[in-house]
Amino acid sequence: MYKAWKTFQPYLLATPQTLIFLMFLVFPITMIFIVSFWEFNGYAMTPAFSFANYVNVFSSKVSLSTYLNTFKYVVLVWSACVAIALPIAYYLAFCIERDSVRILLFLICTIPFWTSNIIRMISWIPLLGRGGLVNQALLTVGLVQEPVEWLLYSDFAIVLGMVHLFNFFMIAPVFNSMMRIDRSLITAARDMGASGFEVLKEIILPLTAPGLAIGTIFVVTLTMGEYVTVRLMGGGQSASVGKLISTQIGSLQYPLAAANAVILLLITLVLVAGILRVVDIRKEL
Amino acid sequence: MAKRILTVFFGLFLLFLYGPMFGIFILSLQGPDGALTFPVRSFGFYWLGNVFQEQRVGSFVESFQRSFWLGLLVVAIALFISVLGSMAFRTKFKGSRALFYLTISSLVVPGVLISLGIGITFQVLKIQTNWFSSGLGAHLTWTVPFAFLIMLGVFNRFNPFYEEAARDLGANDIATFKEVVFPLIAPSLIGVALLGFTLSYDEFIRTSLVSGQYNTLPLEIFGMTTNVTSPALYALGTLTTLFSVTLIALGFGAYRWLSR
Repeated sequence: MYKAWKTFQPYLLATPQTLIFLMFLVFPITMIFIVSFWEFNGYAMTPAFSFANYVNVFSSKVSLSTYLNTFKYVVLVWSACVAIALPIAYYLAFCIERDSVRILLFLICTIPFWTSNIIRMISWIPLLGRGGLVNQALLTVGLVQEPVEWLLYSDFAIVLGMVHLFNFFMIAPVFNSMMRIDRSLITAARDMGASGFEVLKEIILPLTAPGLAIGTIFVVTLTMGEYVTVRLMGGGQSASVGKLISTQIGSLQYPLAAANAVILLLITLVLVAGILRVVDIRKEL
Repeated sequence: MAKRILTVFFGLFLLFLYGPMFGIFILSLQGPDGALTFPVRSFGFYWLGNVFQEQRVGSFVESFQRSFWLGLLVVAIALFISVLGSMAFRTKFKGSRALFYLTISSLVVPGVLISLGIGITFQVLKIQTNWFSSGLGAHLTWTVPFAFLIMLGVFNRFNPFYEEAARDLGANDIATFKEVVFPLIAPSLIGVALLGFTLSYDEFIRTSLVSGQYNTLPLEIFGMTTNVTSPALYALGTLTTLFSVTLIALGFGAYRWLSR
């Protein structure tokens, strides 16, 4: 009797979690998939089985260039996040000697992540705007004669904003991987005459790869669906798939938005599957 | 030498991370003649007080209350689910791998898909969206995975001998949980609760289509960005950020002090 209860127990414990994700993740995404084949007659959607929405997406120059633009953001944001995360995580993991200082500095890096994304984006406006602090400084020093226009409401601002929001998702897993590296490996390599650069290339980078992979998954998926930053920092002209979807929802074209969402999801899944093939991340968790 | 360069880089990174936020803190402390850009014209608390008055675009106080209650509701449910779920994962069971990946996918799926999916579902089923129904569901897809992953780590470090000892002394499962497990994980629960609350309190994308008629605070602020052109926007940002940071500090503190 007790044994039967013991085997049954984990299923009972896992039920609420399973139900929540079935209700608010699996079912809604299934609905997106179904509705992506429905028709839209100008004011309401009607059940159907039509590929018109997909044809619409793939035949439209605007939506294709929107997808390309989104990939551009992904590549730029990802590169910048890696370029920031590697030195920062390395500094925390290997240059700080005291454990308590290390934890404190790491926490300082994570705090902004828990605060509002919208406020964090708004706070760039007084810095980057036409009359902002950066332009005032440039004008005073005499580097430019006219205020620089591309600092805000531009692709530059969008990428800057996303790097500001998402760098935490790269730093945390990379730092985690680096902290797991056995320090005696590095001592051994040094004893055998490896230079600092060789230690970095032969030991630290390969062992950091799983962390980089997890960070990449987060940064890529977050950037793919992002539209708040594109709205606030891009100022109207810039396009991304997330913003496209939200605009289509705004005009009630749910089936078209759903088709775009399915395509976005498929691209994301392919990217994640590709990353998981290269690196085994299960050990990291 | 390399260390010195990295220290400078780290300093610049912190400036990048926190600099803009301090900018709006300073700009929100202006008198009535304050503007949206530097330089600061006069010092005062005019705009901070202005936040609590009726705004043209709606009321900040009401949306704060909504976000607050939603946060509490989300945390209560997320704690319940994640404690049970992470306890299930202490033994191997069929489907555990699938549930694990489902939980991770909930975290990495683009947020706009959650919003659109729940929005469409409610539309098709002809149910009115509301912050406490559809909004609550959207928030759970974001907070439950975090709570679950933290609790998984907590139970990884948990010594099962305590429970076995309790059981040997004749305690049943419920008594064991109440008398042994719960007091030991309570400090972590406080941390998870505070962090989960701020995640919910600041969530925007997943909620954006499904909050129904009444806005949560982040939605209200997003609406303000297009209408409000005074430092009141910065003042609101300052207040809500200070609120979040206080909770985060308490959350981290709860971990460190109580789990010693």
